[in-house]
Amino acid sequence: MKKALLGTLMAATLGTAALPAAAATEIQWWHGFTGRLGDLLAEQIDGFNASQTEYVVVGTHKGNYSETLNAGIAAFRAGEQPHILMVFEVGTATMMAAAGAIKPVFELMEESGVEFDQDAFLAPVKGYYTTSDGNMLSLPYNSSTPVLYVNRDALTAAGLDPDMDLSTWEQVDVALDKLKENGSECPLTTAWQSWVHLENFSAYHNAEFATKENGFAGLDTELAFNGPLQVAHINAMGEWAKEGKFFYAGRRNEGGANFRSGECGFFTESSAGYAGVKAEAAFDFEIRRLPYWSEANGAPQNTIIGGTALWVLSGHEADEYKGAAEFMNYISGSNIQAKWHQDTGYLPITMEGYEQTKAEGFYEANPGTDIAILQMTAKPTTANSKGLRLGSFDQIRGIIDEELEAVWSGDKDAQAALDSAVERGNQLLRRFEQANK
Amino acid sequence: MEKRVTFRGWKLPLILILPQVLVTAVFFFWPAGQAIYQSAFIPDPFGLKSQFVGFGNFEYLFSDPYYLASFKTTAIFSILVTVVSMSVALWLALMADRIIKGSGTYRTFLIWPYAVAPAVAGVLWLFMFNPSVGIVAWSLDQIGYDWNHKLNGGQATWLVVLASSWGRISYNFLFFLAGLQAVPRSVIEAAAIDGAHFWRRFWTIVFPLLSPTTFFLLVVNIVYAFFETFGVIHTITSGGPQQSTTILVYKVFADGFVGQDLGSSAAQSVVLLVVVGLLTVIQFKFIERRVHY
Repeated sequence: MKKALLGTLMAATLGTAALPAAAATEIQWWHGFTGRLGDLLAEQIDGFNASQTEYVVVGTHKGNYSETLNAGIAAFRAGEQPHILMVFEVGTATMMAAAGAIKPVFELMEESGVEFDQDAFLAPVKGYYTTSDGNMLSLPYNSSTPVLYVNRDALTAAGLDPDMDLSTWEQVDVALDKLKENGSECPLTTAWQSWVHLENFSAYHNAEFATKENGFAGLDTELAFNGPLQVAHINAMGEWAKEGKFFYAGRRNEGGANFRSGECGFFTESSAGYAGVKAEAAFDFEIRRLPYWSEANGAPQNTIIGGTALWVLSGHEADEYKGAAEFMNYISGSNIQAKWHQDTGYLPITMEGYEQTKAEGFYEANPGTDIAILQMTAKPTTANSKGLRLGSFDQIRGIIDEELEAVWSGDKDAQAALDSAVERGNQLLRRFEQANK
Repeated sequence: MEKRVTFRGWKLPLILILPQVLVTAVFFFWPAGQAIYQSAFIPDPFGLKSQFVGFGNFEYLFSDPYYLASFKTTAIFSILVTVVSMSVALWLALMADRIIKGSGTYRTFLIWPYAVAPAVAGVLWLFMFNPSVGIVAWSLDQIGYDWNHKLNGGQATWLVVLASSWGRISYNFLFFLAGLQAVPRSVIEAAAIDGAHFWRRFWTIVFPLLSPTTFFLLVVNIVYAFFETFGVIHTITSGGPQQSTTILVYKVFADGFVGQDLGSSAAQSVVLLVVVGLLTVIQFKFIERRVHY
């Protein structure tokens, strides 16, 4: 009996050992998503894997966006790079400068013979990742833009009309005063302060963030966000911080916890924060467009994206690349895009995805969820509002965060802080230029 | 009577020390050599090309005010960690050396923190002092002191000093306790008979006899404060508000692995190597003279 059992086990093991000959090609995808987004991403992977048998995509969570990018770079140096790497928008210049390390997506699709219509992608979304010829180097994955979240209950409690016009910062300031008077400890908070209040602020007000078309036109770009408009805005926020009208929670999206718990009246954050706010907020909330300063001539222009794109790394086999191309084609499909957009609040990357969502009546059922797209496509982009392409930008953001923190804590005034950030950032840009000559 | 070990040939000693020499060569000399080599280049992040700049990376470093500020931060930080951890450990050792009830239990508890890894210790202290949910931060808030180490550089420095010293106290405590027990009782008793009170006995007899231990711990603690505190700083402040807790070794990591500027990072490693080497040489040359063996 024992011998028979042992014999069966051996046969089964040997049998399965013979299967690898027909195994699917593995495509490695390194990403930075956990929690709900990680689950939704896993769903996409499972959907693709189930839809065909030639390829298997394996998703690996590598940490947050910075950690994922650095893991990818380190892996490349060690010759262990994945096929697809999720890189956040600030890593774009680093990836673009690494000509020998990446396989441009438009080339990938051409060589693999997979259908790829570059015009089907939303212009403001893909603009960040295209060459000057209009060819896409990477596939936008999750893109969002900052919007204003309003705690309607908090406004009502302070004696304000929650339907009040909040299009300009002047009007928001009035509301902040009322909220503060009423005892609110957090009239306004923000997430991603550099992204919302300097990068997007500059684009939205058609002000230069960096020379050479924000870096699109050359590596010899220099930072320029210490202009009068930006200084005035940061100065105003510094005053609000001193007066207790602006509560600084942290560099990333720590402020989300404060807003979702009902402590704050206003929250400037990514449109993708919608999913979290909807799930946790026990109060009546609304999404509005990002405010602008009415005195600025160029405002409101359009806001720029944040988020990640999928880059394909070089050094792999042609059949693996075909698998990667098929996967990218799959997730660009309008069904996947519409579902992703509706589940997360991130923008659909294709026109089709947007149209399908509209047709399904999603925007009527969830008012405010189309504001992100409308805000981004409001006007044709100018040289100042296509996006940013700056080297070492993750570090530069860190510098900006430090200098802004000095303004919030009252250590520096806005002009000095922004001047210092520009000077320090330019040093990094020069080193990046030198390393990539 | 000293016990000496002598070998007749040279083959056996060589074989015996070979493993250690190999480990030192592979894990120290080779990376150190690579760092010195790499510090003369500026590579691109992906390792596809690199440019020779000679001393360019060093020039860039020494003209960067934040790098120079990092020296000051490191000096303050190491002095604070060393002083705090050694003095508290010495005091605890003195207390635990006396024959009191439950001294064995006290000693065991005092040694436990050493088993906690620096990164874990960092997270522990971070939770306690978290400005939003930390219990200590909340208590301080109750007595009217506003704690926010994410914005206040001084508070951040004290937090990382505390977290770094906490685990270290146990290590120093062990050595001090052993050192104290090596002090001959007869000398202490003689002094006591002559009428010297506790602190006088301590300063004139115990402390000088403890000096080999103290010297050893001084060297080891400074090296610890320079290098092994990385885990604590990375988990608690990531270099601190406005780089106020960016010590030299943290900057090596931040510039190299986060900022992808490997040339500058290698140059910083070389500078750090030279600095710590010099410090150790100075300690051995000057302070060792005052140690009574």
